[in-house]
Amino acid sequence: MEDSNVERFSASTPKPRIGIDGGDDNKNWRRRVNGVEVSVPIVCGSIAFFRGKKAKEYRTHNWTVYVRGATNEDLGVVIRKVIFHLHPSFKSPTRVVDSPPFTLSECGWGEFKIDITIFFHADACERKLELSHLLKLNPEIYSGPQSPNVPVVTESYNEIVFPDPFECFLSRVINHPAVHVPKLPEGFNLPPPGDAGDESYYKMKKGDTKDHPLSHWFSKFSEADELFKLTATRQKVYAACLPFVQADIAELKRQLVMVDVQPEQF
Amino acid sequence: MGGTDAKDILGLPKTPLSLTQEKKSRPQKESHRKPDGISREVYALTGGVAPLMPSIDVTHLKRPPPHDEKVAWQWLPVKSSARKDDLQLYHWVRVVNDVPPTGDYSFAKYNKSVDVLKYTDDEYENHLTDPVSVWTKEETDQLFELCERFDLRFTVIADRFPLSRTVEELKDRYYSVTRALLRARAQSPAELANHPLIKEPYDMTRDRERKRALSMVLSQSRHQEKKDAEILAEAKRITEMRLAARRAAEPDVPANENIGSVSPSSNSQLPATAVAPSTLTMADYASTLASLRMLHVYLRTYGLEQMVQAASSAVGLRTIKRVEQTLQDLGVNLKPKVPTKTVCDEHLELRKEILTLLNLQKQLQYKESEGSSHREGTYAAMPDTPKDRVFASEPFSFGAERPIKKEPKRKGPGRRSDTPSPAHKRPRKLKASDL
Repeated sequence: MEDSNVERFSASTPKPRIGIDGGDDNKNWRRRVNGVEVSVPIVCGSIAFFRGKKAKEYRTHNWTVYVRGATNEDLGVVIRKVIFHLHPSFKSPTRVVDSPPFTLSECGWGEFKIDITIFFHADACERKLELSHLLKLNPEIYSGPQSPNVPVVTESYNEIVFPDPFECFLSRVINHPAVHVPKLPEGFNLPPPGDAGDESYYKMKKGDTKDHPLSHWFSKFSEADELFKLTATRQKVYAACLPFVQADIAELKRQLVMVDVQPEQF
Repeated sequence: MGGTDAKDILGLPKTPLSLTQEKKSRPQKESHRKPDGISREVYALTGGVAPLMPSIDVTHLKRPPPHDEKVAWQWLPVKSSARKDDLQLYHWVRVVNDVPPTGDYSFAKYNKSVDVLKYTDDEYENHLTDPVSVWTKEETDQLFELCERFDLRFTVIADRFPLSRTVEELKDRYYSVTRALLRARAQSPAELANHPLIKEPYDMTRDRERKRALSMVLSQSRHQEKKDAEILAEAKRITEMRLAARRAAEPDVPANENIGSVSPSSNSQLPATAVAPSTLTMADYASTLASLRMLHVYLRTYGLEQMVQAASSAVGLRTIKRVEQTLQDLGVNLKPKVPTKTVCDEHLELRKEILTLLNLQKQLQYKESEGSSHREGTYAAMPDTPKDRVFASEPFSFGAERPIKKEPKRKGPGRRSDTPSPAHKRPRKLKASDL
């Protein structure tokens, strides 16, 4: 697609190179890799089952809120712990989940916004990440009384981006299925994953959600449809721009004709 | 009630409630507890509301404050060091245990005056004659006498000065005379170094300028004030962004070169239309990217939001709404459902291209309205181009020809097949079939 008349600012990364940016300390194992972006596709969601006959006034639904890998891989490689901030009407509303799978199940009656704080392993990032999820218990469109066997599932896809990851982090996760690392250029040398850093995650039990009891309800997210729609729409918009450009070119030609220049020159 | 007594006193109209309603509200107000210790009318004067800060604990009001000394008030003569004459004045004095207070009159310490220097005639001739010879000795003497009388209050002195001189001129003369006098009398220059008159000499022109600037600021209209504030804020924003962009641009030298090479080429191809985003937006992108990288971790959706904001920073709210409307018309989610990196990049590019398209349309409309203002003038407005819709709101499939939906105010059928004649180039309404 020609884009000579539309200024392109590509967000694509420049050539990756080991940055001297050591940040706080310039030791080898804290060096950052500029230009390589590590991303972790996650799905943040909730599944709520109506309790049917067992429902009471304040305990009408069993629900589970979670942060899982988009392909159900183990997020424990990157995430150290997740804190779910529930509505204050819950007992000890700050629920900490410090091992994967990062899920939390509760019983309640109300819908509310759950603030989720994600903490990473030290070699990934020292800052925490905040997101939020609106817990839905009732289906959007009323279609009769709720069945206790069909839950209300609300999921949203997102990606955790580490823009300039540490070398040690990159080498640790580069082949892990939960983490997406773009193809590194030829001859790009990463040091082998050392023992530096927190190893406790290796000792954890199985953290992926592939066989989770609720995995049956998980949605699959594919970028294909959206990507297709976007590229198609871009082409349409580009085509819509063309007449204006052509009009301008025509205008210019006319002006030059008036200045007595031979049209054959164009 | 609610302060009706107060309103009465001030002559203000009472609330327009009808009498019955007032009666209803009155018992309501009466049921508010009024504090004991002050009478009902006094309380009502305050508007029926208790004071915010407890001034005196109400229980104290009935009882006199306790004291162990015997205090009496006596009418006694008073001596003040501030008075130079022998006038004998009397006032009430608080006498404690029969001992009248000692010491000077308490306000005598405020009797300060300015030390206006006095010069002799010799000194005048030697040091103080005005080189520019505007000031004569008599004038200078008069000035100094007024200065002493009025304690260097130059505005008063200016009023009383026999010749008409400005305040700045008087100040200038007084300060330069005093300065010269100090220098002449000083034993050594060192002891003068810290004297305020020597350290910061009076500058008449600067004083004038300062007063002029102040009066200009004071007389600025509100409109001017707002404009100034906006300009300052804009300038600040620009410098901050340039700074961030420069900082961000430093490690990314190859990325910068890309930007640099693209913008001149696109500018030269379309000189008439400002299609390329301005350098300001480029700095926006760079600084947004830089700030995202500073976070070390962020959500893809957050990153997209920031970049979209950067792209929209140079345009108004209406344009942003139009972009979003266009996206909706085209069946694109305003926030991608599967925000992967590629999807987000494409989304951002799409938004930018829509902005470009809207820009082009707007420019053509302007040119059209400019051009037609020279002609009959009836073409000026485009009544049939719905300003907020770029694409028809039907969802259309990719590549298929669709019949046009008849919009209510279209000017004529079949225009899309007309080629615009050179004389009347009108912006064609974009239809689904165009794409």
